[in-house]
Amino acid sequence: MATVRLIEIKEDILSDNRNLADEIRITLQRHKVFLLNLMASPGGGKTSLILKTISGMKDAFNIGVIEGDIDSMVDAEKVVKEGVPAVQLKTGGFCHLEASMVDMALKEMDLESLNLIIIENIGNLVCPAEFDTGAVKNVMILSVPEGDDKPLKYPLMFSICDVLIVNKIDYLSIADFDMNAVKERVLKLNPGIKIFEVSCKTGEGIEAWIQWLTDEINCYVKKDC
Amino acid sequence: MVAILMGCFYNQPMHELSVTESILNIVLKHALANQAEKVVSISLKIGELTDLAGDCIQHYFDYLSKDTIAEGAVLNIERSPVVFQCNDCKTTFQVSLKDSGKIVCSHCGGAKVALVSGREFYIQQIEVI
Repeated sequence: MATVRLIEIKEDILSDNRNLADEIRITLQRHKVFLLNLMASPGGGKTSLILKTISGMKDAFNIGVIEGDIDSMVDAEKVVKEGVPAVQLKTGGFCHLEASMVDMALKEMDLESLNLIIIENIGNLVCPAEFDTGAVKNVMILSVPEGDDKPLKYPLMFSICDVLIVNKIDYLSIADFDMNAVKERVLKLNPGIKIFEVSCKTGEGIEAWIQWLTDEINCYVKKDC
Repeated sequence: MVAILMGCFYNQPMHELSVTESILNIVLKHALANQAEKVVSISLKIGELTDLAGDCIQHYFDYLSKDTIAEGAVLNIERSPVVFQCNDCKTTFQVSLKDSGKIVCSHCGGAKVALVSGREFYIQQIEVI
C-alpha cells in the first residue's frame, strides 16, 4: 500500500500573470508609456469614455487603444475613426484580459510614438478584477442605470480600482440612484479611490477626469509620483 | 426566505478556467519534482474578497486533469476572511462586506486601516502517492 505524502507548496496561483504584468510595467516605464486599464459592465460607457478622453487629450498626448472583446471589432472601428491606433483582441469567449494578451497587443503597437494606451477590458465586473494587466492605473465605470447596489455585489472590482467613474449622471433625475450611498459603500471597500461623476452624453464632469489623467501621466513621465 | 444557490453556472464564460489551468500546472510541477505517481488532494486558500466559485474550479480541474497524474484529485478550499489592520494601534479585525458604513478600527476607532487578509489565492499543499 502506497503511503500518502504531504508536499507544502504555498505558491500563488496567479504569480505567472503578476510577474508578466510587472515586466510590462517596467518595459512601458522605459518607453514612458502610461497604460490605463478601463473596466465596466457591458453598456457602462467604456467606449464612450474612451472617445471623450481621446477628443479631450489628443492634442497633448499620442494615444493608442487596446480593445478587448469576446467577438466583433465595432469598438476598435469607432476608435480608429478618431485617428487613434487600435489593436483588437478577440478573446473568443474568454471573460477577461490577462497580462499575456496585453503583452501580445503591445507588441503590435509603436511604443516609441505613444504616451498613453487605454485598455478597454471585457465588459464584466467580475473576472477582469482578478487579473493584473500591467496597467499603471485601474479605472472602472459604474453607470447610473446599473444601480447603486453594485459595490455590494462586486466588492473586488471596487476595491482594486484607483478611480471610479460614475457615468450617465444625466439619468439621475429619473433613476432611484443614491449617489451618497454609492460613495459610502465604495469608500468603505477602498478608502483611497478617486471618484468622478460624469456624463459622456452631455460632457458634464469630463474635464475633471481629463485633468486628473493628464496630471497622472505628467508625474508618471517625470517619475515623481 | 431566500434560497441561496452557490455554484458553477456553465452558460457564462468564467475566469475559473484559466485559474484552474494555473493550478494544474503548479501542482504537476511540484508532483513531478517529488517523483509522485498520483496526486490525491490539493489544498487551496482563497480569500473571501476573491470572486472564485469553488465548485467551478473542481469541475474544470476534473476536465483539465484527465490523463495526468492529478486526475481524480480532490480540491479542498479554505476560505480566509476579510481582515483589516489599524495603522495607528495595529489591532487586526475582521469585517463583513455586507455591513454598511465605514470601516473603522474595532479597538481605537481609527479610520486609517489597511487590508491584511481576504485576497489570498494560493496552493497550500498537495497530498501525493
